[in-house]
Amino acid sequence: MMEANEHSSGQKPLIEIRELTKSFGNNQVLCGFNLQLFPGENVVILGKSGSGKSVLIKCLIRLMEPDSGEITILGKSVIHLDQKTLDQVRTEVGFLFQGSALYDSMTVRENLRFPLRRHPERKRGQEEEELIHQTLRSVGLEDAIDLMPAELSGGMKRRVALARTLILRPKIILYDEPTTGLDPITSNEIIQLILQLQKELGTTSLIITHDMDCARVISNRVIILFDGINYAEGTYDELSRSQDPKVRAFFKDINERLHG
Amino acid sequence: MEKIRYSLLGIFEEVGKLSSFTGRFFGAAFSRPFEWKELIRQCYEIGYKSLFLVLATGFIMGLVLTLQLRPTMIDFGASAYMPDMVSIAFVREIGPVVTALICAGKIGSGIGAELGSMKVTEQIDAMEVSGTNPFKFLVVTRVWACIIMIPLLVIAADAVGMLGSYFIESTRGEVTLALYFNRAFHAMAVGDLVPATIKTFFFGLVIGIVGCYKGYFSSKGTAGVGSAANSAVVISSLLLFLVDFIAVLAADIFYAI
Ligand SMILES: Nc1ncnc2c1ncn2[C@@H]1O[C@H](COP(=O)(O)OP(=O)(O)O)[C@@H](O)[C@H]1O
Ligand SMILES: [Mg+2]
Repeated sequence: MMEANEHSSGQKPLIEIRELTKSFGNNQVLCGFNLQLFPGENVVILGKSGSGKSVLIKCLIRLMEPDSGEITILGKSVIHLDQKTLDQVRTEVGFLFQGSALYDSMTVRENLRFPLRRHPERKRGQEEEELIHQTLRSVGLEDAIDLMPAELSGGMKRRVALARTLILRPKIILYDEPTTGLDPITSNEIIQLILQLQKELGTTSLIITHDMDCARVISNRVIILFDGINYAEGTYDELSRSQDPKVRAFFKDINERLHG
Repeated sequence: MEKIRYSLLGIFEEVGKLSSFTGRFFGAAFSRPFEWKELIRQCYEIGYKSLFLVLATGFIMGLVLTLQLRPTMIDFGASAYMPDMVSIAFVREIGPVVTALICAGKIGSGIGAELGSMKVTEQIDAMEVSGTNPFKFLVVTRVWACIIMIPLLVIAADAVGMLGSYFIESTRGEVTLALYFNRAFHAMAVGDLVPATIKTFFFGLVIGIVGCYKGYFSSKGTAGVGSAANSAVVISSLLLFLVDFIAVLAADIFYAI
């Protein structure tokens, strides 16, 4: 509710998506999705698996070309950008991939160095090394610096991936299912880490998930992706009290678990 | 009938996509920024990974070829021409083709599987968003590395092949290493060396492009990775013979003029 006031207070959204559509052949995945992400918010997009969540955020940073619609990030219309400006926008938008997507032929150090190599204000030598150490320290994995990704557990991989995303100090971070494939305890650790880093760095986040625990803890606002559109929107509490059967379906399992 | 038509269409589509991928490679192959470090790493990987296999195969081919040629050469009273025979056979055909086929199996499938799994696990997307052009970083470097390393591996295979041949000869007759190689080099003409070397660059191109193409567009899932590696070998082996045929034909026409 507080967020609703913030919006009306005239702040400009960092990300705005209007009427986004995307289909693969006959498979219409997105058919008119809308979204606004305001500074400092944690917005969760909830959707069943296969509902097009990954497609949505990949269209957002042009890893996929949307069929139609408007996308504005930090005031720039992303659809029409040339490669150079697009790369600039991408340094401001971090992306945490679903399966961590660490480069498995590189050590943790090289993984973290990779996004820095094309950065316009690249630091070198000692300074770069210091930045890598400091970023790894912030996710609690400084010791792993010389390990290969294959030597890391699922939770550690997710932390390294988070560090690799944070190292460019993005204003916005997109999380694609940050807790998938992790056990509940590790999931919770990752969620707490995300919240803590968020507080320290003041980033704005768009989190995509079907994990209700994650949605409950992290979100200021939840958008439900259903049938390719932003089907319902509100705070977690508001939506959990919704009478709409499709919205209730999301909360059914967790309400049963919490209330017996 | 319908099935044949369908698979023919599939082949044409594949040829079209492969050609446009090759076009994309040449579009990016000479432009900056160039990933030198990754290129050197790939050259090392590709050369190092297949060197032993290529040397072993070349040596054995040299042994076998000489053993099998010997009786006939003796019948014709031409056993003194063994070095000429073996060197020309190796430099013109056996060295390039055998090396290229081995590399298609070893390097092509390796590249297909590696890029395929990077694709499936979103590592290629991760590169894209961190401002590095993955096509340049992954594809251009690997294809260049193949174009550079395959000819070198072929030269190595030719050399050990002749060494193998000398080994057999030396157990049967009075021939020194110096004499053997002297005769061998004497027998070779520019007409043998130049076209044979030129075609090995194209062999490298074929192996690199097909491996990268299959991996880069591998379908989702671990099955996609396996089939990327597999079809990289099949398609590049076929194309290698086609390129070889065209190269020999072209050389023939060129020298006939
Ligand atoms: N590259 C692609 N080609 C064809 N179909 C795709 C592709 N990527 C995703 N899809 C389809 O889009 C739909 C949504 O996928 P996705 O966004 O990955 O789901 P999720 O919400 O689980 O992240 C699925 O039906 C999937 O088959
Ligand atoms: Mg997904």
